[in-house]
Amino acid sequence: MTTIETPASRSGPFSGGRLFTLAGRYGTFVAFLALILFNVIVTPNFLSLQTLNVNLTQVATIVIVATGMTLVIATGGIDLSVGSLMAISGALAPMIFMGRFWPVENMALAVALAFVIPVVVAGLFGLFNGALVTRFSIQPIIATLVLFIAGRGIAQVMTNGNLQVFKNEGFQFIAMGRIAGIPAQVVLMAVIVALAWAMVRYTVIGRQIIAVGGNEKAARLTGIPVKRVKLFVYMVSGLLAGVAGLVVVARNAASDANLVGLGMELDAIAAVAVGGTLLTGGRANIIGTVLGAFVIQLVRYTLLANGVPDAAALVVKAALIVLAVFIQQRADKH
Amino acid sequence: MLLSMQGISKAFAGVAALRSASLEVGRAEVMALVGQNGAGKSTLIKILTGVYRRDEGTIALDGREVDFAMPAESQAAGIATIYQEINLAPQRSVAENIYLSREPRRFGMIDHAAMRRGAEAVLATFNLAIDVDRPVARFDAATRQMVAIARAVTQNARLVIMDEPTSSLDEREVAVLFETIRTLKRSGVSVIFIGHRLDELYAICDRVTIMRDGQTVAKSAMADMSKMDLVRHMLGKELAAFQAMAADGATSDRPVRLAVEKAGAGVRVRDVSLTVREGEISGLAGLLGSGRTETARLIFGADRMERGTIRMDGKARDYREPAAAIADGIGLVSEDRKVDGIVPDMSIRENMTLALLPKLRKAGIVDRARQDEIVARYIRALGIKCASPDQPIKELSGGNQQKVLLARWLATDPRVLIVDEPTRGIDIGAKSEILKLLRGLADEGLSVLMISSELEELLAAADRVTVLSDGSSVAEIARKDLSEAALLAAMAHQMPQGETA
Repeated sequence: MTTIETPASRSGPFSGGRLFTLAGRYGTFVAFLALILFNVIVTPNFLSLQTLNVNLTQVATIVIVATGMTLVIATGGIDLSVGSLMAISGALAPMIFMGRFWPVENMALAVALAFVIPVVVAGLFGLFNGALVTRFSIQPIIATLVLFIAGRGIAQVMTNGNLQVFKNEGFQFIAMGRIAGIPAQVVLMAVIVALAWAMVRYTVIGRQIIAVGGNEKAARLTGIPVKRVKLFVYMVSGLLAGVAGLVVVARNAASDANLVGLGMELDAIAAVAVGGTLLTGGRANIIGTVLGAFVIQLVRYTLLANGVPDAAALVVKAALIVLAVFIQQRADKH
Repeated sequence: MLLSMQGISKAFAGVAALRSASLEVGRAEVMALVGQNGAGKSTLIKILTGVYRRDEGTIALDGREVDFAMPAESQAAGIATIYQEINLAPQRSVAENIYLSREPRRFGMIDHAAMRRGAEAVLATFNLAIDVDRPVARFDAATRQMVAIARAVTQNARLVIMDEPTSSLDEREVAVLFETIRTLKRSGVSVIFIGHRLDELYAICDRVTIMRDGQTVAKSAMADMSKMDLVRHMLGKELAAFQAMAADGATSDRPVRLAVEKAGAGVRVRDVSLTVREGEISGLAGLLGSGRTETARLIFGADRMERGTIRMDGKARDYREPAAAIADGIGLVSEDRKVDGIVPDMSIRENMTLALLPKLRKAGIVDRARQDEIVARYIRALGIKCASPDQPIKELSGGNQQKVLLARWLATDPRVLIVDEPTRGIDIGAKSEILKLLRGLADEGLSVLMISSELEELLAAADRVTVLSDGSSVAEIARKDLSEAALLAAMAHQMPQGETA
């Protein structure tokens, strides 16, 4: 009897290796479902449209930034500057439609420019990150540290450190508006995620991003323009940070260069890590990143809704990251 | 006799790496240890220094049997190893490196003055007067090596092992190193010198031990062993495995497709000229370290060429990136599949079509139908054994990975294919299959430049062989003159008449 059991348990579905592999693949999703189930039972009024909207709008900016971060991390890099780029784009937009640069004659045009220019500027700063990484071979963590520090300074200098308060329905549509009853920022998030997912899966540049992260030397020898691919991901990360910056200031009806996007780089990296994208590169799990961001958001919400202070939620967030990375490493070994 | 290793055997996961190998080194003697990749040199050294444990055999130092369980024990017994990548702490000073982990102390603090004096004194014995307070990284490779040797000497080393110490040195630096070795000899220290450049071996070594396939196949005084014999012992002769595949008809009347003229870069490639004609397999031979892989990388634009010209179909070309060479119809199957060939986590399909991606693009999107069609075609044509094209390439055997990499380039429809050690690390059946495949492609008009350290492979498949020695092309041998003897002679850099380039 025992002789039959031994091999069966080794190849069975619940052996250690298989368990870690499954956990590595579906762990985030299971955690997501478990959190929802927990809240349904414990948290009062969890199953309401109100709760859904609160959570979705809070997570939207993290998801938008984390999507760009996923692409950067897939090439084996990292982008610490996203929070500061959000501050820059968040500072620029109100200045444009409030006429700080030039007098506003046509509000519709000014609002349109307030959407476009900050995002383009953030994209250019992203290109600058990429240039430091590719042209000067600076390690990504150091290269993007430059704008992590200087970027917020630039935003503060532009605004003289002043809080910009505004009320502009056209501009604030990006955060407050609704499309078919769904908050505009949630629609924006969904569109960005869908585009990124399709890019990774179906496009040439998507495959090249993965190849560069998977084996940079081999990628170069197959003629992949490694530098251009890296420039591209840092630019996209910058662009998306710019978009997220707009959403945040539109939501608050105010732009404070000291606060917009503060700590966002860590939230984004956490979402990517929890979502199952290897920090060493070679994989880009966009859907995982979305789930990762949702899990982190839900944990925070669960704790807050049940009277646990925000500070304690940070500790739980950290524990989650450790757990996710641990599971991935084990899953990779088996 | 200082060191005597007898009947050493070692197997890794059932595969024998050493089979009753032996090594003897006399006092104040420089012993050359030579052999091809995988001959067992480094395994033998690692057993001596306690990195690996032997399965069988005895090691005696000074007549007393020893058994080192870890490197620290062999160091304590007076054995020092100078590795290829010199293991110094680059940002620390010369003096600190020499005394690393045994710093002289005074009142419990490091005695910097004593350390400095000691370092200067030991370097002076090698006629080296440098600022010992400067970080090691500021000095050139030869000086760094000397610091490593000085470190060994202060540890009272009696036996210094040097693993390819000259591989990154220029001629002047080599001369300095040799002077250091002679100084060591004078003070009674023995040296094991692992190297591949024959001239250097003859210049500095007293005796030679040759290894092949995990066995010690020859020992002799350096002066009694001709270069020809040395190469013959190293390479062996197992020619029976392949029947000749190349047509005997001369290919010399065909137009030249790729010509390399006097190419050079750094110290690895000094002066290489070679040609590849339409529809031929042009072989590139040479001992380890002769600059074959480096030459291939220059042609392909993976490294920058400093001197010389490359012509494709007669037109001078300057490839700054592999992408430019690929656009011109050149492919490179690299030597080390793991390091710069496969993307391990990607599927067979993705790996096979990496180089082809730009041509599969339809408005930026990968044309999946064409991709699948191409992948299916090459899996069938090359007989790649896999569960499905979605399988990660890292799960395939070496031979099948190699076929995927070949397919990666064949799919781009190249005009010149460079294959670097195409049969390295794959079993004998797959070997002849891959050679036949290359032969068939050449017969259809593809120009192949085949780098190989296996003589039998070159003899079987090549239409012509260019031989490199120490970064220079020293001979070009036509098919009709191609023989084991001719190749060996050229590699040993002793050219018989009428076969010069």
